[in-house]
Amino acid sequence: MGDVLAIAEQKDGKIRSVANEVVTVAAAVAEGLGGSAHALVLGGDGVGEHAGELGTFGAEVVRVGEEAALESHVPEIHAAVIAEVVASHDYTAVLFAATAVGKDLAPRVAALVDAPLASDVTHLEVNGGRLVGIRPIYGGKLMARIGFETSPAVVSLRPNAFGADGSPASGRVEPFTPAIPDEVRTRVVDFRSAEAGAVDVSEATVIVSGGRGMRGAENWGLLEDLRNALGPGTALGASRAVVDAGWRPHSEQVGQTGKTVAPRLYFAVGISGAVQHLAGMRTSQTIVAINKDPDAPIFSVADYGIVGDVFEVLPRLTSEIAALRAEG
Amino acid sequence: MSLDIIVCVKRVPDTETRVRFSDGARMIDSEGVKYIVSPYDEFALEAAFRTTEAGGEGKVTVITLGGEESLETLRVALAAGADAAVLLRVRGSVTMDGLATAKTLAAELKTREEPLVLFGVKAGDDDQQQVGPMVATLLGRPCASSVTSFEVHEGTVRCEREVEGGTEVVELDLPAVVTLTKGAFELRYASLKGIMAAKRKPLEVKDADLPEARLTVERLDYPPERAEGRIVGEGVEAVPELVRLLRDEANVL
Repeated sequence: MGDVLAIAEQKDGKIRSVANEVVTVAAAVAEGLGGSAHALVLGGDGVGEHAGELGTFGAEVVRVGEEAALESHVPEIHAAVIAEVVASHDYTAVLFAATAVGKDLAPRVAALVDAPLASDVTHLEVNGGRLVGIRPIYGGKLMARIGFETSPAVVSLRPNAFGADGSPASGRVEPFTPAIPDEVRTRVVDFRSAEAGAVDVSEATVIVSGGRGMRGAENWGLLEDLRNALGPGTALGASRAVVDAGWRPHSEQVGQTGKTVAPRLYFAVGISGAVQHLAGMRTSQTIVAINKDPDAPIFSVADYGIVGDVFEVLPRLTSEIAALRAEG
Repeated sequence: MSLDIIVCVKRVPDTETRVRFSDGARMIDSEGVKYIVSPYDEFALEAAFRTTEAGGEGKVTVITLGGEESLETLRVALAAGADAAVLLRVRGSVTMDGLATAKTLAAELKTREEPLVLFGVKAGDDDQQQVGPMVATLLGRPCASSVTSFEVHEGTVRCEREVEGGTEVVELDLPAVVTLTKGAFELRYASLKGIMAAKRKPLEVKDADLPEARLTVERLDYPPERAEGRIVGEGVEAVPELVRLLRDEANVL
């Protein structure tokens, strides 16, 4: 009892940084429950190579299932293997990252092991020996404090809402042979990559979002310049109006019917701040708004605002930030 | 190719509505709240209509789980073009425990023949994003989530999914479950003719059991107030001060 399993996501054979955050939370929760944190890594050949490094973030045991069938992400297969691992041990909680992959897998695993699931949790703690979480509902207009009545509890964690915390340590790697289901009725037939090297908006630590105030797709170069100046880990975002107008793809939309994000730094450029947009970004750590309308609702959630013409402010902001970063 | 489709929908408060709750309450006050079909479910409805229209035949049945008040949600779907509707009437309220909801839905779906079941990727109130894949798993059917568009072929459905870093194309064997996100399907407006016709369409009410929730809301809170923000200044002259604040005060550069 008290052990917590962190599902460590990998991509192209490399453990993703979001996994460090999930393991960090698993370790903290396990400590509160008097148990230990385990991590689970699944993938094709070689995926276990660096698995022990998850020990840095508090995984005492890293269970590694290496199998060719796990190389591509077929959710039916991954969910079955994860459920088998969950059932093999008395886990109090199973933690996923609330990424596209995590949000797809967690409900399947929850159904397979007959456990309730709390999605996109922004806070998780042990209180009086019980696991309690907080999750935003109604598009972030309310926060629900939730309790789990059974064990295990399945939880997915909003990326960047917790942070990763490492100390030098190594996890004990335990390889196992996953049982692959015989009959699979899902086939991944194609993958079309977005812009090479682009960071997905749901995982970026810094986001530069543009709204209708950008006046047209042709002006996005100004936002790209700011993104490039801010460095790696920065993604472009967009308001719903921009996506509906066809200026930017839906994959960049922040807000209801788009992505929910919680970056360290969020720039809202020419975005008025409709309730649908605020729903997707209000848990960002620091919010900067640039808008010509001083009464735009975005200023009510912004930590810092500049009232002005985005076409004048943006180039200056880009050059100032580039200069600052060049100083190191 | 034609086929019959089920769309599962949920009644949720309008996104624009201010939600309130009384002290110590675990649910919001419904008074004065306008309710709508969850926005993602609208994508699923439109996807179903276009699929059956393209096939020339095939029936769209819409299902919801809730109390009598959910009949209104079903009527909206019928007016937009659904052919039949089923209310799985439960005592008490539908909770945040999506697995309980999924079990009740799966029990009904098991008795039906439709090869394709559609959901919105998530509900506009709980934002849990889980019932669709759970239902699929309980039924032992394949599922694609966060789908922006799909095509039905002989015995399969080919879906485009929005995933990190790009678009994934997956093919599922029918029967299957698909959850829709925003993409190719914006729900049409109900015509006056549609609204009139809806009154003559079959609307069935069946009593159903909802398992007890194992995930409970202990308390509701408003989100922590963000510290009072400030306008750093006007126009381009304010940029150096903004950059200084981001570096020295917010520590984010």
